[in-house]
Amino acid sequence: MKQSPLLSVKNISVDFGSGRKKFRAVSNVSFDVYEGETLSLVGESGSGKTTIGRAIMRVHPISEGEITYRGERISGDLTPKAERLVHQKIQMIFQDPMASLNERAKIDYIVSEGLYSFHLFKDEAERVAKVEQALRDVGLLPEFATRFPHEFSGGQRQRIGIARALVMEPELLVADEPISALDVSIRAQVINLLNKLKRNKSLTYLFIAHDLSVVRFISDRIAVIYRGHLVELAQSEDLFRKPLHPYTRALLTAVPTPDPQIEKLKKIIVYKPAERSPDEPAPSWIEAESGHFVLGTEKEVNSWLKL
Amino acid sequence: MSGALLLSAEDLVVQFSLRGRKLTALRGASLELFEGETLAVVGESGSGKSVLAKTFLGMLDKNGTITAGSIQYRGKDLARLSRERDWLEIRGKKIAMIFQDPMTALNPLKTIGEQIREVIELHRGMDRRQSKTETLKTLEAVGIQDPERRYRQYPHEFSGGMRQRVVIASAVACKPEILICDEPTTALDVTVQAQILDLIKALKAEYAMSVLFITHDLGVVANVADRVAVMYAGQVVEQGTVDEIFTDPRAPYTWALLASLPQLGVKGEDLFAIKGTPPSLFKEIKGDAFAPRNPLALEVDFVAEPPIFDVSPTHWAKTWLLDPRAPAIRPPDSVLRLREKLLAERKLS
Repeated sequence: MKQSPLLSVKNISVDFGSGRKKFRAVSNVSFDVYEGETLSLVGESGSGKTTIGRAIMRVHPISEGEITYRGERISGDLTPKAERLVHQKIQMIFQDPMASLNERAKIDYIVSEGLYSFHLFKDEAERVAKVEQALRDVGLLPEFATRFPHEFSGGQRQRIGIARALVMEPELLVADEPISALDVSIRAQVINLLNKLKRNKSLTYLFIAHDLSVVRFISDRIAVIYRGHLVELAQSEDLFRKPLHPYTRALLTAVPTPDPQIEKLKKIIVYKPAERSPDEPAPSWIEAESGHFVLGTEKEVNSWLKL
Repeated sequence: MSGALLLSAEDLVVQFSLRGRKLTALRGASLELFEGETLAVVGESGSGKSVLAKTFLGMLDKNGTITAGSIQYRGKDLARLSRERDWLEIRGKKIAMIFQDPMTALNPLKTIGEQIREVIELHRGMDRRQSKTETLKTLEAVGIQDPERRYRQYPHEFSGGMRQRVVIASAVACKPEILICDEPTTALDVTVQAQILDLIKALKAEYAMSVLFITHDLGVVANVADRVAVMYAGQVVEQGTVDEIFTDPRAPYTWALLASLPQLGVKGEDLFAIKGTPPSLFKEIKGDAFAPRNPLALEVDFVAEPPIFDVSPTHWAKTWLLDPRAPAIRPPDSVLRLREKLLAERKLS
């Protein structure tokens, strides 16, 4: 998998507000997403994971750093042509299938809206064919195109949201908590669908979530965000087997497991950021083990490795 | 756990009238809560778990009525209670509830101290000074630091987890016998969720309460519950101790719920998924409500509703699979794997 990255986020920061009210939501975050992988961003609410996703989608401007896609810069001012490319090749799936679909539009329009704005069809027949194919890809019937969103259940609506992204023939899907609003029984259906599409359409996912049990199941690599900082990044199984950063460990112990005996004995860890004296070196991004990165000072990382 | 029976619902039927149509939210649900235990009620949305909890508090929406069944509590049938005055003796005082969303459960225009204090004043007949001291004690008990200062603050000055602690404080302020928690951690982060679960467990011991815990997350169930009731389409389909439900589930719906947990999936393989959607409760349901979504369903499941079969004195399930005439059907692989793993751990310890 070590080719050149599809998406590369380099030292980006995102600020909200200005002057004295300025708030840094994301600070100095870097990671790469390789073609065909699923990289998950996990963290609690307010950690900045959604902001990173939105910065990639060019919803929030970044104040520092650079984002590149296949080597081309996609942050900051772009030519109209480059901007179009970003909006077509990177698509987003949203959390709440109840809020993300236009209640007044038919499924046919919802799915083809992107096609209209990018003129991605020669004639009406081709557009209809594309919509039908997208609906079939997500396991819905083409007949559903003439219906309205309220006629569908939560799981079906999320499928429509995915179809709307797929119709653009994207390469990268940014999925922002796509299953946390779904019911337990429906969740598995959507996870399986996302995995199937990844295989069949060679898609790449940037998956933003807080539910670590789901994240472990679907991700190749996991990046942990805490208060706007990336604190750890590793192969999914490495992270679960040997979490290094204290925050990651607190996060992992908090995940409930379906095992009454373990759960009853569990001691939760509450993470408090380490206090550093000014003469200590600032934490840096260290590769502790092959492919396993963590934010800390050299001394800290060595002590974490011994645990 | 082996306390006396405290609250029991028998064959409860609740109907809502919606635009001239009848929706049957509970179709004969039965449940027992014993003194000092935590009973978890699991099921997907629409299974009736919240409606069941609301009937215990007389908080059904105006268009909903209990059309059959009874709720026994301390010699009273709560299903027959109709006057608001009678309910006030129970709701908040004897049976209190924590809601899912701490953002909407608090009044944004009142300080949180005032909101808890008025509960204490009303239910425990204390004067202003006493009730304030009591409020501060309760705030401290739920882990809010510097209660004097926090007393004067408004809900918006609290984070989600802290707000849920305030909601819990107002629920336990009157030292209720039963605490009903309706998905209290669903809106919270995992790290905060773990803390709130610990708090509920600690308060349960401190105030000697029984807890009815409603959730859809089986991981949370494993953490808090002594016993588990699994609900589907307005009925309890299986009930047992938490160990029995995780190591020896019998109802196909319980299998499906367990098997669809991503924790039990094998990476690279498809996760077990329940097909379709829950049945519409507007229509009459024939046979086993889960049958249309159950690939292992027997013919009889589509014709007749299964009765309750006892598995052990503490464990029963509503499925034809337990009938002596039923063929032997294996649960999904992931359920068997979980069973083996749990049993292996038991041997070790």
